[in-house]
Amino acid sequence: MPTLNMRLSQPDTLIDINKIPDLQGITLEDGIVKIGALSRHVDIAQSPIINEHLSLISQAMHHVAHVAVRNRGTIGGSIALADPAAELPACAVALGATLVVESINGRREIAAEDFFKGLYETARKPNELLVEIMIPREKSEDVSVVMELAQRHGDFAIAGLACLATFENESFEKLRLVYFGSEDKPTLARKTTDAVIGRTWSEKCRTAAIDALADDLDPMENLQGSASMKLHLQKVLTGRVLDTVIDHVGIE
Amino acid sequence: MDEISMEISLTVNGEQITKTVPVRQHLVDFLRIELGLTGSHLGCEHGVCGACSIRVDGAVVRGCLMLAVQADGTEVFTIEGLTETGEIADLQNNFVERNAMQCGYCTPGMLVTAAELLRDLKPRSREDIRNHLSGNFCRCTGYHAIVDAVEKTVNKRLKDS
Repeated sequence: MPTLNMRLSQPDTLIDINKIPDLQGITLEDGIVKIGALSRHVDIAQSPIINEHLSLISQAMHHVAHVAVRNRGTIGGSIALADPAAELPACAVALGATLVVESINGRREIAAEDFFKGLYETARKPNELLVEIMIPREKSEDVSVVMELAQRHGDFAIAGLACLATFENESFEKLRLVYFGSEDKPTLARKTTDAVIGRTWSEKCRTAAIDALADDLDPMENLQGSASMKLHLQKVLTGRVLDTVIDHVGIE
Repeated sequence: MDEISMEISLTVNGEQITKTVPVRQHLVDFLRIELGLTGSHLGCEHGVCGACSIRVDGAVVRGCLMLAVQADGTEVFTIEGLTETGEIADLQNNFVERNAMQCGYCTPGMLVTAAELLRDLKPRSREDIRNHLSGNFCRCTGYHAIVDAVEKTVNKRLKDS
């Protein structure tokens, strides 16, 4: 709608999918949370299934937009639009979501990691519709944290980070860090996590992770900040997020 | 290019309306231009400023981010309708009392958004109120007076309930 209002897009045909009942609803089946693409932010924020099984999404909803937008905006819309500063695409990557797209030729499942291609670009073909988001529920040992910096509460992030981690025997066994509001798509940081996974947690380990982020992340400059400022903010968030996980599991 | 139009039926401020609208007209342009309901304002027209906030089927939405044709079959309330029903008369009086508006451009959106917070009546901190109104820009007041007015209304309603 913003691009229509600004006359930036002039589609010949626009199809309103809002009233398709099959695209709505949130269910849990065999350990997978299935979220219909038309589930509104307000419904996701209030869903007992999401709050119980997908803490990362539940936390992220506090940052997603403002009340008037949450009442109408949908998870499918957020993911299909692929705004690089949006929370839900990053959460989908962090949680290893599978995105289901459908066309007249049938259904296709795409891993979230392969779905986001670039600035507002996804692996969805023009004749396909994103119909469902399937997310494996978080395990009891998982710790999830989402943090972001924004100009106003609810605005798109200047810098943000979604994290899913497992910490056992004094070290991170699993760590997925997905950065948003930086590159042209949600970015999974591998070198940063390699600096931490399987190593006994220490201040040195924390520093190594933060230092490694420069090798993972090459933020784009925009009106909200330069590339170097964004990298700095993401480093700060990395430290805070790792500290939060450690606090959560109760290690000194 | 001929503009394509569609007929829509909806209720606006309690009144049943049937009109033929251009398919690309957004809802607030429809309310302002076709129905003369100029209380809903257009600031940014891309969902950021909140001046166009209206109530559709009981929920506050951005009027500029909906097409008029999408409102077919819905129940719409604008600031004019909410004023008429008296639902937010106390809030409006508190806005006046606290001088919570200067130019007044954001005020209808602020009131419609705050009305949703007031419907679910429970104690609210100033931070709750700020978070709830965070999608509505005001360039005059600095927000304190607006938060004061909403806070006063919440507290008075809680006291009276």
